[in-house]
Order: sequence, then structure tokens, then C-alpha cells
Amino acid sequence: MSAARAFRLDYDRALNTTAAWALALVWFAPLIYAVWTAFHPTEFSTRFVLTAPLTLKNFVAAWNAAPFARYFLNTVLLVTSILIGQFVLCTLAAFAFARFDFRGRDTVFVLVLLQLLVMPDILIVENYRTMRFLGLVDTIIAIGLPYMASGFGIFLLRQTFKTIPKELDDAARVEGAGFFTILMKVYVPLAKPTYLAYGLVSVSHHWNNFLWPLIITNSVDTRPVTVGLSVFSSTDQGIDWAVITAATLMTSGPLLIAFLLFQRQFVQSFMRAGIK
Amino acid sequence: MGPTAKRTWIQAWLFLSPAMILLIAFTHYPAAVTLFHSFFSTPRGKRPAKFVGLENYQTLIADDTFWIVLVNNLWYALVTIPLSIGIAIAMALWVDSKLKGRSFVRMAYFTPTVLPLIAVANIWMFFYTPGFGLIDQIRGAFGFAQQNWLGDPESALNAVIVVTIWKEAGFFMIFYLAALQTIPASLREAAAIEGAGRWYFFRRITFPLLMPTTLFVSVNAIINSFRLVDHIFIMTEGGPDNASSLLLFYIYETAFRFWDTAYASTLTVVLLLILFAVAIGQFLLLDKRVHYR
Repeated sequence: MSAARAFRLDYDRALNTTAAWALALVWFAPLIYAVWTAFHPTEFSTRFVLTAPLTLKNFVAAWNAAPFARYFLNTVLLVTSILIGQFVLCTLAAFAFARFDFRGRDTVFVLVLLQLLVMPDILIVENYRTMRFLGLVDTIIAIGLPYMASGFGIFLLRQTFKTIPKELDDAARVEGAGFFTILMKVYVPLAKPTYLAYGLVSVSHHWNNFLWPLIITNSVDTRPVTVGLSVFSSTDQGIDWAVITAATLMTSGPLLIAFLLFQRQFVQSFMRAGIK
Repeated sequence: MGPTAKRTWIQAWLFLSPAMILLIAFTHYPAAVTLFHSFFSTPRGKRPAKFVGLENYQTLIADDTFWIVLVNNLWYALVTIPLSIGIAIAMALWVDSKLKGRSFVRMAYFTPTVLPLIAVANIWMFFYTPGFGLIDQIRGAFGFAQQNWLGDPESALNAVIVVTIWKEAGFFMIFYLAALQTIPASLREAAAIEGAGRWYFFRRITFPLLMPTTLFVSVNAIINSFRLVDHIFIMTEGGPDNASSLLLFYIYETAFRFWDTAYASTLTVVLLLILFAVAIGQFLLLDKRVHYR
């Protein structure tokens, strides 16, 4: 390799590294900034003095100003019930699509895929009406119900189930196992990585979801953290940025910590979940 | 249907029905009923809904706010989609190459994806605060005047767009990263032997191979551009003067602030039509792709 070419490659690499890092810092800046503001007294919200005293007061103030403990409990209940519902319903449906050859299968599958396009978030008016009809307005179950039969989950699990060799369930059938036993003993265990990926995507999606929970809840007992945070930051807290960022960090905290710990798995699961 | 086919059919539906009942109840049924309700008036007090034909649609055509919101949303889609996809490709290429501190960079790009949009909107709002927000402070250091980014109709929508791109690019990066890893290393080696430059290699080999991913990501991006309104609640509430309002936010306001559910249904029909057009477009493109494979 000539010296000129080597120089060009080095130069090229340096340029790329710099650009990649610059972008990374821009992308990370809001978080760094939030951490700075939340851990320092209000007067340092816009003054970056390295010797500024650290404090947890903002977190205490935020925690005491709104029932965040209740909001967290609601979110945890919501996310787990959605996850359980999705796992059960999507597994059953995906198995039917992957292993039964029945009339109208393709048509029904298209109906399932339609949900990838028209998500329940969009049909807020009618879904609210349905919930009112069912008497479920302002319940945690009402936040979760529209998402439990997830088109994405059915699609994802069906893809996985289709890769499982049919010989395996033929063998189980010979031994006298029913469909349900085969599903539980053969399919579900073999699809574990897909469940993990889907679980992470689902938990992070519903932890972060806002619009539908905002509409369907109106009391402290049902509000998830996202709605709780929006109520909190739009009321009298107004301008105390330090307290608001502390509340913001708290709201995203559990997910953020999980992400920092399981970063690799997180990214890989999103990758796996996205592959079509 | 023979007896075996019938049995299979019954068994299949036993597995399917729990999911299908919910899917129909919260997706297909509401979508159909939305269309139905768009031809009725909003029931108020003791006055029940009555059939009004196309009256809601006439209101829609005469509604200035609707047109502002629709144009906003088209601009929002037109800017966020290509920019977030372009940035996502750059991110994926960087993170896929031998980069110093690669795992930190990858984490930084992906972090916005796991943060709730409603939470990060708070942080961004602080950035945009006139005078003492971070952006104005940096600008101030260079002698620029203060700017009310979210309060000025000229800049409010674009300020919201920046947040969306920041939120989405890292998410799309993941799909490109997955796609890049399926490109065989032998191709790169062959190109290197031929003396092809990096840019040439990207243009002629990598980018075409990423096309299916781009298609998939674009469809996601289009859907998201009509679905993601969370940050608007915190940052602008659609204002000033609807300058940063988007279609779904307007639907929310119409239905749950003004309680005009019939008109909200009419607006939802427009949204559904747009998504339907996306579906048809995707189908046609996918079809084409299958042909030349």
C-alpha cells in the first residue's frame, strides 16, 4: 500500500470516527443533561460548574409531590398483564397459523397483519366507546386489553414455529400427545429466544405508551407512570426544571437501568424481532 | 368439507378464537364503526345521534384547522422519514465498522428508543426554553439573539420534528445493523481487491442490498409519523395556533376535549385512508420485489 493511500485511509477513518462520536454525543446529550440537572440544586440547571454540590433533593421533592409509587405499581401491573395476555393469545393463534391447514387461513392471517398498520392507538374514539360500554373505563385492564391480541406477536411466533421441524410433533403425536401438549412441550420451549425478544420489545413499548392510557384513565389508582409524569409536569411544577428532570429520570429509570445492564440482549432482541 | 378437514377447522379455531375475538373487537370492528359514525351527528345530552349523510365531510373540507393539521402531518412525514432513515443508515455503517468505543456509540444511538417519548419531551422542552435553555445558551455564546423555538409558529413544528428524528433514528439503526450483518464479507473483500472505494461500494452494493430493509423501515416510519404524538402533549399542545398539531393529536382534541365524537370519527376515516394507501403501496412494492428476485 502506498504511503498516500495509507494516509487517505487513516484520514478517512479519523473523520468517520469523529463524526460517529459527535453524533453519539448529540444523541446522548439529553440524557447527560437530565442527569446533571436532576442531581444538582436548581440554580445549577443552566450553570455548568464542575464543583456544583450533588444532591438527591430533587428526587425527594418529585417523589413527594406526586404518587409515583402508585404510578409505578400501575405500570408494572399493566406491563405484566399485557405480557401474559400476549404470550398466551399469540402463542395459541401462531400455532394455529403455523401448523393447521384450514380453509380461509390466509384470509384470516391478512386480518391479523392489518393490525400492524392500524394500531389500537389510532382508533381511540371507538375503543373508548367500547370500554365505556363494557364498563371498563379507568381500569388497568382497559389500558391493556386492546394490545393483548398483537398482530406483531402472532406474526413473530408464527415465523418461529414454522422453522420447527414437523417430524418433532409427528413423533410426539405417535406417543399419543394432543395438540396442546405438543405446543407446550415442543413448540414453546424451542421458541424461548423469540419469547425473550418479544417480551423485551413489548415491555419497553407498553412502559412507554402514553396516548391510550391518557384517554382511558382518570384517577391515581390506574394511571401508569407516563401519564402520571405528564400530569405532574403540566401542573404547578411549571418551571422547577430540576424537579421535573428528576421525575423524568425516575419514570424512565427502571427501563433505563435494565437497558444499561442488558444492553447487548436488548439490541439483539430488537434486531431479531425486526427481521421479517 | 370432509370430516378430517372439518375437525382440523374446529381445532384451528379453538386456538385462534381468543386472539381473533380481541383483534376484531379492538381493530376491525372499531375501524368499520368509525366509518359508520362519520355519517352521523354527535349525540349531545338528550339529543341522540342522527344520520347526517356527508355533512361531517363538508365540515371537514371547510375546516381550516384540518387542512393546517394535514399539511403539518405531511411535512412532518416528509422530513422525519428520509432524515431518520438516512441517519439510521449512517449510524449502522459506523457501528458495524471497526470503530473506537463502538459499544458506547451503539448504546448512545439506541438509548432514545428505550426512553418514553413523554419523558424525553420534558428534557427537550428545557433545551428549547427561550433565553436559558441549552440551545439558546450555545447560540448566545456566539452572539445570536434569543429564540422561542416552541412558541414561534415558524419553528414549532420543526422543533418537534428534531425530537422525532432523535427518537427514531436509533431504532431504525437496529434493523440496518441486522441487515448489514447478513452481507457476506467476501463481497467486501472482492471489492477491495478490485480497488473499489468505500463510497462506490456503498452505492453499488451495500445500499441496493439494504433496499428490503429500507422498505420495511419506511413503512414503519410512515405509520409512526401518523401515530407518534406523545411529545406534542408536553412540548406544544399543538400550538401556537395549530402550527405543530398533527392529525392524531387533532383527533384527540376533537374527541376528548371538545367531545365532538362524530367529527373525530370523520377525521379518523382520513387517517385510516392514509394508512390504507400505505398498505397498498407496500403491497405493490413488495410484489415488485418478489418479481425481480
